[in-house]
Amino acid sequence: MAVTALDDATDIGASRPVTIREIVRRHPTVVIGSGLLLALVLMAIFAPYLGTVDPQALSPIRRLRGPSEQYWFGTDMLGRDVYSRVVYGARISLVVGLSVALLSSAIGLAIGLVSGFNRPVDAVVMRIMDGMMSIPAVLLAIALMALTKASIENVIFAITIAEVPRVSRLVRGVVLSLREQPFVEAARATGTRSWRIVVRHILPNTLAPLIVQGTYICAAAIITEAILSFLGAGTPPNIPSWGNIMAEGRSLFQVAAYIILFPGMFLSITVLAVNLVGDGLRDALDPRLARRM
Amino acid sequence: MFAYLVRRLLATIPVMGVVAIFVFSLLYLSPGDPAVVIGGDTATLEDIAKIREKLGLDRPFLVQFGTWLWNVVRGDLGISIFTNLPVSKLILQRVEPTIALTVSTLLVTVCVAIPMGVLAAWKAGTWIDRLVMAFAVLGFSFPVFVTGYLMIFSLSIWLDLLPVQGYVSITNGFFAFLPNMVLPSLALGMVYIALIARITRASMLEVLSQDYIRTAHSKGLSKPNVLFGHALKNAAVPIVTTLGIGLALLISGVVVTESVFAIPGLGRLTVDAILRRDYPIIQGVILVFSAAYVLINLMIDVTYTFLDPRIRY
Repeated sequence: MAVTALDDATDIGASRPVTIREIVRRHPTVVIGSGLLLALVLMAIFAPYLGTVDPQALSPIRRLRGPSEQYWFGTDMLGRDVYSRVVYGARISLVVGLSVALLSSAIGLAIGLVSGFNRPVDAVVMRIMDGMMSIPAVLLAIALMALTKASIENVIFAITIAEVPRVSRLVRGVVLSLREQPFVEAARATGTRSWRIVVRHILPNTLAPLIVQGTYICAAAIITEAILSFLGAGTPPNIPSWGNIMAEGRSLFQVAAYIILFPGMFLSITVLAVNLVGDGLRDALDPRLARRM
Repeated sequence: MFAYLVRRLLATIPVMGVVAIFVFSLLYLSPGDPAVVIGGDTATLEDIAKIREKLGLDRPFLVQFGTWLWNVVRGDLGISIFTNLPVSKLILQRVEPTIALTVSTLLVTVCVAIPMGVLAAWKAGTWIDRLVMAFAVLGFSFPVFVTGYLMIFSLSIWLDLLPVQGYVSITNGFFAFLPNMVLPSLALGMVYIALIARITRASMLEVLSQDYIRTAHSKGLSKPNVLFGHALKNAAVPIVTTLGIGLALLISGVVVTESVFAIPGLGRLTVDAILRRDYPIIQGVILVFSAAYVLINLMIDVTYTFLDPRIRY
């Protein structure tokens, strides 16, 4: 049965081959988004080979030089090459965005599944989540950063905690509506064990909204990291991150605007790329939500 | 209605309780011993023990939490470690610019985003709609400090139209106050405008497909009358809900915006407190912001009855 169904599906697919051109025409934003994102990821990985110098190398004689052929994005107040710092900075943003998205999705999924299936736990856990959600995410992350010492791990940890309530609320909502669906009732009526219902029937159906939410969390986490670093409560200053570079350019922005503009531009483009991919995934995976938005 | 209000007010207690526990744990877990800080360099171990006793730091967690909570309920948010002033006083001193910025951003958002959303829904599928949606995606992607600096560079430094940074209190007259508020509210409002425009469009699209809209059209009502008098009114509930939820976004943005535009509000107070590790201030600000968020969302729930008379509690 299953095999024939699969064959039918492939037949339908094969009858109208989808060309790359068609994909580009039908989903231009997704293609642009993933293209940009791929370029940024490659830039982060191959940072040492992109004409960069040591992003931490000081050169006080050459400080505050404007953008030129030698220093594409100029130099900062300590004579460090802004171009190299911005290219290396992509690493921090992407690592933080991806880690927070994965971690908070995993933790939120676990909390949401348990909470959606266990009423007493649900009552307690959701009150805690409501409380945490009433603290604005950036403030929550700032407060957690104030407790620990500045490091990338702690930044990821702090932003993850701030994002978990949203994911668990989403998953819980999906679980609650799935529980009432006929196919879950049928599974229960035939005597399927609870954990099996969760793994086989509930979990696969939470994945689509979870992936979409994950990309938006990735975008939010990249912004939050930059905000934390910009305010001096994020990535330690000895690591070039876009937020840090902008924080350093803050006092000089009237004389050396480029120190702030270049990292700001890259930051916005990265977030835009992630958001475009997210919108595309939403349209593809969750057509009902797509129509509503 | 009254019973509902009481029930909703009671429901905020566990939420604020969680916030209180979180905020208290922040001080409790904070590295460093406040007694050592207060004692200074010359304090002996005995002095420090005495200070600990006086502050109640030697008592169990729950007792300390109870004492702290009782003080907070009475409006005593503790003493700032760095300035030695009461936190509640510091917050009151700084609250005006923050309220001014938040209110003006809300006004800008409502005035810009809702017409944008209505227009996009009316012209759904056309280039106008696509333009608005493109703006919404961009608005989500440009962090407030990037937008803020771009505006400062273009409008203040190059074109010299508006002040670069700073804040003038509204007590000095509205027209002295206004120029300094334009850029911060626009920069801060960008994300919010994107969010509200999007939800307005979505909500309007749903309403515009209803039968009573067709009836309104066919009985010859003017386009604006149908859009704003009939459709927007019925699309209002999700928009107002999102305005409330988006407030969290706005508060997060306030902290950053105040740093970019050198506005001496609660956000600046927070940032300075982080850099000095002044935990009582961080606690106080989080409590105030969260309480404001919870209360405003409570008020929004109550307004539903006015927006949609079918909703009864």
